[in-house]
Amino acid sequence: MEHETKIEIRDLNVFAGKNQILKNINIDIPKNKITVILGPSGCGKTTLLKCMNRLTDLYPELKVSGRIMIDNNNILAAKEDIYKLRQQMGLLSQRPYPLPMTIYNNIAYALKLRGIKKRREIHKLVLHYLQQANLWDEVRDRMREPAVRLSIGQQQRLCLARGLAVNPEIILADEPTSALDPISSQFIEETFSKLKNDYTIVLVTHILRQAKRIANHVVFMYLGEVIEQGSVEEVFGNPKMEKTKLYLGGTFN
Amino acid sequence: MKLARKIEEKFFKALMFLSTVFILIILAIIIYSIFEKGLKSISWEMITQIPQGGYYYGKGGGILNAILGSLTLAFGATALAFIIGLPVALYLNVFLVRHKKVITIIRFLLDLIWGIPSIVYGAFGFSLMILLGLQTSLLAGILTVTLFILPIMIRSMDEILSTVPIGLQEASYSLGSNKSETAFKIMTRQTVSGIITAILLSFGRAIGDAASVLFTAGYTDHLPNGLLEPVATLPLSIFFQLSSPVAEVQNRAYASALVLTLIILLVSLFSRGLGKRYHKTKINF
Repeated sequence: MEHETKIEIRDLNVFAGKNQILKNINIDIPKNKITVILGPSGCGKTTLLKCMNRLTDLYPELKVSGRIMIDNNNILAAKEDIYKLRQQMGLLSQRPYPLPMTIYNNIAYALKLRGIKKRREIHKLVLHYLQQANLWDEVRDRMREPAVRLSIGQQQRLCLARGLAVNPEIILADEPTSALDPISSQFIEETFSKLKNDYTIVLVTHILRQAKRIANHVVFMYLGEVIEQGSVEEVFGNPKMEKTKLYLGGTFN
Repeated sequence: MKLARKIEEKFFKALMFLSTVFILIILAIIIYSIFEKGLKSISWEMITQIPQGGYYYGKGGGILNAILGSLTLAFGATALAFIIGLPVALYLNVFLVRHKKVITIIRFLLDLIWGIPSIVYGAFGFSLMILLGLQTSLLAGILTVTLFILPIMIRSMDEILSTVPIGLQEASYSLGSNKSETAFKIMTRQTVSGIITAILLSFGRAIGDAASVLFTAGYTDHLPNGLLEPVATLPLSIFFQLSSPVAEVQNRAYASALVLTLIILLVSLFSRGLGKRYHKTKINF
């Protein structure tokens, strides 16, 4: 089964001082599928994700080299407009960081950055994205409340709605359910499964069952290296590498 | 082992308690002495009139010149220091993040000039005045006091801005905000109550200092009358009244100190209330 590649990572190396965090990473991320990056803590999954939207720029100690091609455009090239670039991707982090403003404005802020100015348009889209993130019913009467009053699970869905509001093609999620209760986690997973028809989703996780449930494509990483990648059936059903077998068997993590 | 831990716990608890009580007692004594001596001679006349001839030898009048002078000078200097200081603090925390060494040097320098005594600022302000051709005036006072409170303004805003979680900044950037949007729309909002505290600290320092205004703002028995005229200030007014040989005038000095304390109290209550109103809508997990 062939599919279109959305993100092509070639010879990506990341150093923090003398310490190499990512070693020669080569990954193809298929379009409109859920790609799960799997691996034990500290294997460089988060750093890999941050390379994709250049959040690595915020960390002076990180030296990034290689290429990340999105639609045949090397986003690591210095001339890229990183602010435009980041709007191609919605980000969901380990724990939710609502902006210090109302629930409504959390979404409206993202819309305004996208250049939408008409109030009616904003109203319509705020509602749309909150529905898409499965949050609308819970917050419809609380739009003018500060976003931090929401529960953690609700905040995470708000952050998802906010990420969608920049109208991205890609969703980057960094262990988005690790701080959430089971029900909120399920909400997020279900939403992802729905969203994959329109978005390319890259999900970082160390939860095997989560990967199995929602992944189409799996990348297994260990100590900064890609050990194995392939469709979920290949990697889970018939892992080729010894380390993958051990990890999937729960022998180390 | 267990016993040792228990004793340790008791010891440190007692130590914290005693230190707190000690500080409170000292504070209470200061406030008591201001009230005790000040209340005797405070009067409506004192806070609504300017000094009349021979005021410093016991004749009538009040310190309205110094009250209004101090207020204009302190508000002016605090506003100016805020306008200059907030961008500096944001620049350190948003734009310079890739240059840790530069940040460390700037912070070190700010901490250093924070410790310089205010009389040195006064002297510096005075030479600046000569350079600019200014006379002792409200403007010269504001400029000098601004310089004097800038380090505290910048460093306290810097401290609070540096507590903004990196995750929140990442969230802001991931939406496509640029650095100034992140600085002014996200970071500043997130730290409003801390920024109010920074302004308050600076205001307290601005209104309470005598040495920096001695050569620069001068002193006058008249009400503030424009940026280029000298103004009276409460700390200097207190100083002049205290140096009077007349006991009654010395008591008026305490009354003036009382007025100064009340101004600081009112301003801080007001801004605390402001900060709290904002905070209420903020914290709640």
